[in-house]
Amino acid sequence: MTNGSLFAQSVAATTGLLMLTAVLQVWRRSIGASTRLLAVQGGALAALVATIGLADGAPEVVVAAALVFALKAVALPWALTRTITRSGAVREDSATVNPVSGLLAAAALTTLAYVVSQPIVALDSGPAAHAVPAGMALVLIGFLVLMTRRQAISQLIGFLVIDNGIATVAFLTAGGVPFVVELGVSLDVVLVVLILRVLSSRIQLAHGHIDLQDLRELRD
Amino acid sequence: MAALLWIPLVFPPALGALAASRRRYRWARGLDLAAAVAILATGLTLVVTVSGRAPLTAAGGLLRADALTAYMLTTVGAVGVTALWAALSTPGRPDGWFTALVCLFLSAMSLAVLADNLGVLWVAVEATTITTAFLVGYRHGRPPLEAAWKYVVLGSVGVAVAFLGIVLMYAATRATGHPTLSWTELVSSARALDPAVTKLAVALTTLGFATKAGLAPMHSWLPDAHSQAPAPVSGLMSGVLLSVALYAILRVKTVSDVALGSGFMRVLLITLGLLSLAVAAGLMLTQRDYKRLLAYSSIEHMGLMTVGAAVGGPLATAAVLVHMLAHGLVKAGMFVQAGRILAAEGSTRIDDVHALMARRPDLAGPFLAGTAALLGFPPFVLFFTEVAIIIAGWRAGLGAVMGVVLVLLFLAFAGVGRHVLSMTLGPVVATASPADAPAPHRTRAAAQLPVALALSVTALAGLAAWPLAGVVTAAVAALVGPL
Repeated sequence: MTNGSLFAQSVAATTGLLMLTAVLQVWRRSIGASTRLLAVQGGALAALVATIGLADGAPEVVVAAALVFALKAVALPWALTRTITRSGAVREDSATVNPVSGLLAAAALTTLAYVVSQPIVALDSGPAAHAVPAGMALVLIGFLVLMTRRQAISQLIGFLVIDNGIATVAFLTAGGVPFVVELGVSLDVVLVVLILRVLSSRIQLAHGHIDLQDLRELRD
Repeated sequence: MAALLWIPLVFPPALGALAASRRRYRWARGLDLAAAVAILATGLTLVVTVSGRAPLTAAGGLLRADALTAYMLTTVGAVGVTALWAALSTPGRPDGWFTALVCLFLSAMSLAVLADNLGVLWVAVEATTITTAFLVGYRHGRPPLEAAWKYVVLGSVGVAVAFLGIVLMYAATRATGHPTLSWTELVSSARALDPAVTKLAVALTTLGFATKAGLAPMHSWLPDAHSQAPAPVSGLMSGVLLSVALYAILRVKTVSDVALGSGFMRVLLITLGLLSLAVAAGLMLTQRDYKRLLAYSSIEHMGLMTVGAAVGGPLATAAVLVHMLAHGLVKAGMFVQAGRILAAEGSTRIDDVHALMARRPDLAGPFLAGTAALLGFPPFVLFFTEVAIIIAGWRAGLGAVMGVVLVLLFLAFAGVGRHVLSMTLGPVVATASPADAPAPHRTRAAAQLPVALALSVTALAGLAAWPLAGVVTAAVAALVGPL
């Protein structure tokens, strides 16, 4: 039997941490800080997965939680940090919106996420479903980061936030999609990050730095 | 028989591994063509085996081949053969890694059409982003890198959105008590799905796959990627990748029509299709680069096919399927020709190419013929499919939409026609010093064969119904008819 109150509290704590890290990424401009926040986000997601797994009494989900931790909290932030040190990217990324506007936009997106997620929450009763809007908010905030940052690494971080958000929704609504699919998805995310790393190194060699505003030669 | 399903998934990667490990040997260059031939052969065999009979399954139901799958496999194989066979005659081809990546790409596309599971389909489509990421950025220089970066970011974000849609679809099925990601089960249980969640799921999945299909407003990666990639890669992407993304949308539509009624997807797809047609028509009129022109033409045709998919019903769906195959073949041929023109003229700017028909009729001839096909001239089958889509739209009460489609097609016609004619027709301008004029070089007849074959198939398909009629009818039944 689940201890309902402890379960609800754990879910609330982990999803709250996910949202906090996402909003902080909108606010902070330092790329190093963004990477560390990404690692914390990955840890929170792993804790969420483990909580749900233990509540459902399904031990294999704890294995999934360990994999999520290894991938999103350790491996990917490490790969990003290595790219940053190798490429010597500028420490402070200039965003196209100032932090205050960014925070307002994040608040608006969170509201939108809650509105949009109403049908999903209605589908399932229980504390897990009520945390789905947080996952959707993560997706929307990830889009915000993706579109408002100039550096290639920041775009990559935005993409990873979107992926974290989608994984959150997946684990909250369905106890995770079938394991084989989640595995394939994780593999694809890893490969995409690796490719983007290679590409950014090449861009670094060709351009001297990875400012995306410079990537505008191809135009109509 | 079910072992057939494994051939496109196992054979090409094996050939790719061989190509990567034996890249010093000349014969390694042809291994990607061998992979495409294998896929084409499998597709044709499946067409014969599966049309009108029960679908084949393998891997415990993860893989499933119905008539639509067989048709799509044939399309993948045919376009692949066209693009890669023509590429063999290009001198100075890249090394074994290129061949290996192409083989993996073909295999991933086959997995996407063979999968009965939405999740596996998603993994396969994302795998194509990964394999083509390096293919697009293959040439040296800043523009290919920029194109590859945009492609990977936009493509991955789009496909991530599709994955969110798939997650929500799974959640909806879980609420009915039968969690599943299989097409067949989704269609049969679609009526029991919660409409609000399904609406969100369908919208997200469609938008995600529409990004991979190059539909506006998520199209901005396409002109860059197609113009910067090597010619066979552009041909493969235009012919295969965009078609398979549209195939995914068609499968989603089947589920959505049962769960939500046909109105929802119709509005969504008409919006995407008209927007794509408008963007393509507008940007083709003022285009300066002929490879980008071909890329926008792909967006135009994808927009038209999306409108056809929106109309629904047997006639329009059949037209869309035939259009997919024909457009793939012609576009692959056109990109091959564009690559040859680039090699001969040294520039991709339309203004830098003149009087091609007079100087190099071996290049201009197929290019003009392909343009005629793309513009929808009879006897090319694209004429018949465009007419069919418009008639079906009219009958379905979408007369105003079809009117807009006609106007946009006319604008696209004007744009493409003007640019291609300026490149090919006209007298030869005398060069300043005759000694500079290079000796005329003719493409060998053997090298012309792939493009000629592709164009002939497209010309004859409209007139001879019997090869395509059976399989297309069965494929349409899989999409539109009751299951």
